[in-house]
Amino acid sequence: MKGRNDILAAIRANKPALKAPAPEVPSFDEAYPTDTTGLWPRFADALALMGGSVAEIQEGQSLEDCIRATLADRLPEQPIIASAVPELTGNRRLREHDNPKTLHDIDIAVLRARFGVAETGSVCFTEKELIVNAVAYLAQHLVVLLDPAELVTNIHRAYQRDDYKNARYTVFHTGPSATADIEGVLVRGAQGVRSLTVIAASVDTPG
Amino acid sequence: MSTPDPTKTINSPEATRESAPRFTKAKDGKRVDHAAAAKQFLDSPIHAKSHDERVWAMRTKRDKQAHAIEEWEELRDLASQIKTHTLTHLDEYLEQFADNAAANGVRVHWAADAADHNRIVHEIFNDHDVKKVIKSKSMLMEECGFRHYMEGVGIEIVETDLGERIQQLDNEDPSHVVVPSVHKMRSDVAKVFAETLGSDPDNDDAHYLAGRQRDATRPLILEADAGMTGANFAVAETGGFIVCTNEGNADLSANVPNLHVASIGIEKLVPRMEDMGVFIRLLSRSALGSPITQYTSHFRAPRAGGEMHIVLVDNGRSKRLGQEKFWSSLKCIRCGACMNTCPVFRRSGGLSYGATYTGPLGLILDPSFDAHRYSNLPFASTLNGSCTNVCPVKINIHEQIFEWRQVLAEDGHIPWAKKSALAAAGKVLADPKRYRAAIRTAQSALKHLPDWAVYSQLNAWGQVRDMPDVPDGGSFHDWYRKNRLHKTEAADTATHDSGDDS
Repeated sequence: MKGRNDILAAIRANKPALKAPAPEVPSFDEAYPTDTTGLWPRFADALALMGGSVAEIQEGQSLEDCIRATLADRLPEQPIIASAVPELTGNRRLREHDNPKTLHDIDIAVLRARFGVAETGSVCFTEKELIVNAVAYLAQHLVVLLDPAELVTNIHRAYQRDDYKNARYTVFHTGPSATADIEGVLVRGAQGVRSLTVIAASVDTPG
Repeated sequence: MSTPDPTKTINSPEATRESAPRFTKAKDGKRVDHAAAAKQFLDSPIHAKSHDERVWAMRTKRDKQAHAIEEWEELRDLASQIKTHTLTHLDEYLEQFADNAAANGVRVHWAADAADHNRIVHEIFNDHDVKKVIKSKSMLMEECGFRHYMEGVGIEIVETDLGERIQQLDNEDPSHVVVPSVHKMRSDVAKVFAETLGSDPDNDDAHYLAGRQRDATRPLILEADAGMTGANFAVAETGGFIVCTNEGNADLSANVPNLHVASIGIEKLVPRMEDMGVFIRLLSRSALGSPITQYTSHFRAPRAGGEMHIVLVDNGRSKRLGQEKFWSSLKCIRCGACMNTCPVFRRSGGLSYGATYTGPLGLILDPSFDAHRYSNLPFASTLNGSCTNVCPVKINIHEQIFEWRQVLAEDGHIPWAKKSALAAAGKVLADPKRYRAAIRTAQSALKHLPDWAVYSQLNAWGQVRDMPDVPDGGSFHDWYRKNRLHKTEAADTATHDSGDDS
């Protein structure tokens, strides 16, 4: 069986002898608003296009009230809510060493995003925010807290951050899971979550 | 009728009762007969029309996305340049990637070919007593015949992507790199699911069917001993890899079982994380016409308590890197845009190619795996260049298709009838006098020969097309000579070689 050295040797012998320097990649974001107020609506529009939605906490409403109101017609009587954020207790604790299989019955997972991307409506998590990676896919619905100050303009800016360099797992979620594999009909809720709701919440907002 | 919009969550009003087209597979050692298989596809006209519309809808959505981005062409240039740079330094970047991955706690394996890949994964599974595996879609694993190998050794592989699962349950290959079951209609899926998942055979609502597959797959995900994914990109700088999906199934496959094995083609490398901005912005826009996939997942190290393996697969790629005219096909990011725009693909369906890679991409990749078996494929093209125009990494696809025709002819893989016809055509087309004489003969022949001669088995063109009516006023050249040539000469008294053909 040929191994690493044989494959590398074949590549060295065969690779094209071209001078091809690595290009510099611009950020392409001159046209974006420079402040949070300007970026948020672009984020919300992009998210809507991908099937996600934005919910606002109304005056006098708690975070949990807001979540229950937003998902009201999609929840069982006693929904199981797993929270990975200090703003909400929920009724199912998430621990780092949980066997992922035990999370199969969760109705709502509540997570905080590290940052969001205005261009696409994406939110970013690493294993730190997820506690158990699989919860973001096994839960039926996902609620995401995002600090509007943590929005970047576009995907180039997202990749200029160093979140990934130390994280084991980093993921962009853009709306809920979806498929159009049957006659091109779009179905939200393929193998992962059926809905994704983003709520604007600064890190210092009390729950 | 307008083309269906895949973002609309409405089923077409009536499901067809037409049965799904079936294809005759070429036997081992035989040439794939694309034209014959395409005819089998067109024998199911409702399926053929639906396929054409659905695939074209993706092309239309791609255009809308591309036109909305001012720097689109610049992004294509950058993507192409980054890939050229990487491929011309591939040994260095692969070493960097493998060393970084190992430092991250990932076990890295190297597979020279498909057989090595399957054996390596089998050994990993044996070491962990794995019996049930969930996997996400991977063209590389298709290329390696991985599932069939695993069936042979008694390890159960469950496809978790809906389209791929439909194809697995129907015992059929995927027909498209992005949407594996795009050639099927919902009535076909209802039939497959009724037989295999026990769904209601009379309910062919897409939401119902997708729900049945979700419900049936979830327990298999929870019970699996190992998960497998492919990779869209691998980043040398971090030793991590990136998987782009819409269904969430790759993240389930990677994050529910303790063991994650990723199969990665050696051409998937990019140097730096910053390069990814270019590719992520191009990939899903080119593929489905959506700004990004629902999930863009970056795997760098096994999760706490878990185990991660990477199998780096060559399988002919290092050899192709040395082919002057074809190495740039290694830039391909498997978006499928070339397929969606190709008039031949749209009307013949992916399964007619009888190969892992279908459409224009298949025409330039498949012959490098088996020149004889796939020698007909480079002829399944009009060479209109549309594939090249939409390619996000600017591969000169249609030129490579043409080059493959030459290579295959030189190596003696072209059937005699096609070769002699083309050789004669080549002579005639290269010589204006012969060409014009041939046109006169052909026009006369078309007027006077009976249909059985024009539409015979020797004339592949005539078998599926009506020949044009012979123009009453003679050829364009005749018209030009009569109406323009002499007038031009009158206006311009300088002596011309008039190009007279007599």
